[in-house]
Amino acid sequence: MISLAGRDIMHAWGKFVFTGMGLGLLIGVTLSMAGIYRGMVDDGKALLDNSGADLWVVQKDTLGPYAEPSSIYDDVWRAIRGIPGVVQTANVTYLTMQVRQGERDVRTLVTGVTAGAPGTLGWPPYLVAGRQITRGHYEAVADIATHFKLGDRLQIRRNHYTVVGLTRRMVSSGGDPMIFIPLKDAQESQFLKDNDAIRQQRRRTAENPAFNRPQVPGLLDSVIDSQSINPYVNAVLVQLEAGYNAADVADSIRRWKRLTVYTRNQMEEILIGKLIATSAKQIGMFLVILSTVSAAIVAFIIYTLTLGKIREIAVLKLIGTRNRTIAGLIMQQSIALGIIGFVVGKISATLLMAPIFPKHVLLEPLDSVMGFAAVVLICILASLIAIRAALKVDPAEAIGG
Amino acid sequence: MGGKGIHIEGLKKRYGKGDTAVDALKGVDMQVEPGEVVGLVGPSGSGKSTLLKCLGAVIEPTAGRMILGNETIYDDGWKVRDLRALRRDKIGFVFQAPYLIPFLNVTDNVALLPMLAGVKNGEARKRAIELLKSLDVESRARAMPSQLSGGEQQRVAIARGLVNRPPVILADEPTAPLDSERALAVIRMLNDMARKFETAIIVVTHDEKIIPTFKRIYHIRDGVTYEEAGEGRNFT
Repeated sequence: MISLAGRDIMHAWGKFVFTGMGLGLLIGVTLSMAGIYRGMVDDGKALLDNSGADLWVVQKDTLGPYAEPSSIYDDVWRAIRGIPGVVQTANVTYLTMQVRQGERDVRTLVTGVTAGAPGTLGWPPYLVAGRQITRGHYEAVADIATHFKLGDRLQIRRNHYTVVGLTRRMVSSGGDPMIFIPLKDAQESQFLKDNDAIRQQRRRTAENPAFNRPQVPGLLDSVIDSQSINPYVNAVLVQLEAGYNAADVADSIRRWKRLTVYTRNQMEEILIGKLIATSAKQIGMFLVILSTVSAAIVAFIIYTLTLGKIREIAVLKLIGTRNRTIAGLIMQQSIALGIIGFVVGKISATLLMAPIFPKHVLLEPLDSVMGFAAVVLICILASLIAIRAALKVDPAEAIGG
Repeated sequence: MGGKGIHIEGLKKRYGKGDTAVDALKGVDMQVEPGEVVGLVGPSGSGKSTLLKCLGAVIEPTAGRMILGNETIYDDGWKVRDLRALRRDKIGFVFQAPYLIPFLNVTDNVALLPMLAGVKNGEARKRAIELLKSLDVESRARAMPSQLSGGEQQRVAIARGLVNRPPVILADEPTAPLDSERALAVIRMLNDMARKFETAIIVVTHDEKIIPTFKRIYHIRDGVTYEEAGEGRNFT
């Protein structure tokens, strides 16, 4: 039996290809939206993976350090280090800010990491150029997405840093590239005030009779000294010894230190379930809208093409063509349109949209398979209106009268 | 093939019910023998199209009897279950306009019917080519309908009507869009095919130039047919 759909498509291939290309761009946007969601999840997981931690110790009753502010003393790590099952601990600070280089600035996640050797928790696990931070101050390792180069001079607050190393895929859950600087510098950056503010704070402290007691010499100086340092970090990263259960060690830390502790799974849940939940819902809504628009476009195109063939369909019915052959003709054309659209969409999403999109777009093969199945399903459903119209055509229309 | 051609007795068709009912056919009698081409002539609204639709199993008559070949297909009710298969296998259609499928080439337009009936592609195409040769359009076998002249398209449409070798062909004003010469050529062709395949052909027409070519003519007026001997004028 001749493929009527195939012959019709070949007969009017230009119409099908150009319509398919238009549909394809829409499918490309849909695939890209799914890729953006996957990219956000991947960014969140990359942030957790790159920290190297098994547990995150944060301020009690907060969802820190990524989803909420968290502030704990920077000496807490010593006590945590002594808990059975803990092999390594490290302080860490995170501060999302604009980092300037000359006239331009870049949105980054500035991460303060403790001094140590490669493999220290919080450090970038690998570099693509340069070296790790070896000095206690004013050196930085930047993700290449910042477009900084080795030797570049960056300005964070009032201090300048030299880029000594470059890394890759070190991003925040929001996709901002990370810059690693020494912990002490990062602590200072988080709470650094301008000179006027410092002078004003000192004057206010001196005017407070509780701190400025002539009968207690040195009290005022001690208070002012304590105000000029920042003894806080955002979290303590904890690495466990092999064989220890993360939940058990987390329970111990919670019980003895009265801090909140998250395991890897819990932190993943916070990042994906809470931090990017709103974005995921927005993307989900866009996917629904784009799918509906795609279905409406396919339905409209197929319906219009079918109406243009009413006379031929009447003739086909009159000469004894089965309804299922006519339905097959329309459905196959609809699916063919979807396949052309999907191929164009996949190519445009992979080669055109993903590389230029400012966020990480992760196009996973399984998503493509599911996208293809969805396109075919949408095309089948969209063809039903046209099939209904075709099956209602009276074969007597071919005779006229 | 052939058989008894088509035999119609007391065929009636009523549209609507009660006071608004219209009797389009009031008892049509007709007999067309295998190999015969008869004309069906009548003014607008006389019931020609209704009769054609009843004969083509497109609409159901109200009463009467129709025998196609050796088979009673209607006797106060359809006697065949699959009207679609009946139209495909037992009735050929030739329309005023050729209505060829625009996305199939000439051969496939003709071969489609046997393919729909389950004949293998190769055999169906062979049958189509033979017919196209008989109708002298074999040279255009691979052309698309849009590349054919009006006369060529009509010949292909005739080939499509004949390809399943039905006992009857219903031709609805097949010469309307053609000039005299081509119109006569089409009628000559229908006569040749009727003889060759022993097919009964009913030609519905208004066309004054072809009416003298029929040996028998049925006039239809107000839903009733009257038979008349035609001139049967030679075509050449």
